[in-house]
Amino acid sequence: MNWIAAVSIASAALAVAFGAIGPALGEGRAVAAAMDAIARQPEAANTISRTLFVGLAMIETMAIYCLVIALLLLFANPLLK
Amino acid sequence: MISPLDSPVLFHVGPIPISEPVVITWAILAALTAGGLALRRRLELVPSSTQAACELVVEAVDSQIRDTMRVDPAPYRAFIGTLFVFIFVANWSSLIPGVTPPTARLETDAALALIVFFAVIWFGVRAGGLKGYLATFATPNPLMIPLNFVESLTRTFSLLIRLFGNVMSGVFVIGLVLSLAGLVAPIPLMALDLLTGAVQAYIFAVLAMVFVAGAVAEAAPESPSNERTPP
Repeated sequence: MNWIAAVSIASAALAVAFGAIGPALGEGRAVAAAMDAIARQPEAANTISRTLFVGLAMIETMAIYCLVIALLLLFANPLLK
Repeated sequence: MISPLDSPVLFHVGPIPISEPVVITWAILAALTAGGLALRRRLELVPSSTQAACELVVEAVDSQIRDTMRVDPAPYRAFIGTLFVFIFVANWSSLIPGVTPPTARLETDAALALIVFFAVIWFGVRAGGLKGYLATFATPNPLMIPLNFVESLTRTFSLLIRLFGNVMSGVFVIGLVLSLAGLVAPIPLMALDLLTGAVQAYIFAVLAMVFVAGAVAEAAPESPSNERTPP
């Protein structure tokens, strides 16, 4: 195993680890705000949860991007070919 | 370890390699079409339980389109409904042992995202004409043309990566846990995977609705079909 492979594996792990922090904090805030809104206005729960789901998917995409970068590093690394 | 980024080739038709997700996609399409045709032959005024379940799906799709796009759902029902049903069935096809969902492969998701990309253009041009649609790129001012153009490409790309990443990571994690911990361990993860699959199908359909609604509303600001109805 040469050093490019070693660095690739380490950076894939780093990408997933640190890439999960931001979306996790963001999703937590989004869910908390949605809970607050539903508690204040239970009749708007349908609209709020629909918007919440779409918003969560948007936030989650950031973590998924990191995962895809990690997979590219592990399985389709252009430097190792 | 098998890379999640490439798909195994099963056989060749002439020079064209036919891979595993293509065959599974064909099977899903055939099953959905056959089911739809069989159901259509037995439509009754007093619905059977199968017909009632399908009507429930159609009405759910209709109400989502009405809520999200604020237009009459009829012109969009076929497109959005097909996207939702296909992605839903494809995500849940992992329930059949030995089947990898075709949405866990990059190519299927790329095809779905491209369909949405061209559908946005098609619905926008149909609502406001070619000139009206092209003018939406210059809103709010012509300085935004490159940004709007890049946005329409990147959001297609993010649709693709979102669906691929979510479904593929589910399959990948189940594979890892299965190889580490044994036969029964991944069952809760599979349940979570089913939930994710349903949510992702819903999200994909809602985002397609939002993109189409944006193009239609901007291309034809005061057409009667675009009238705001109370939710």
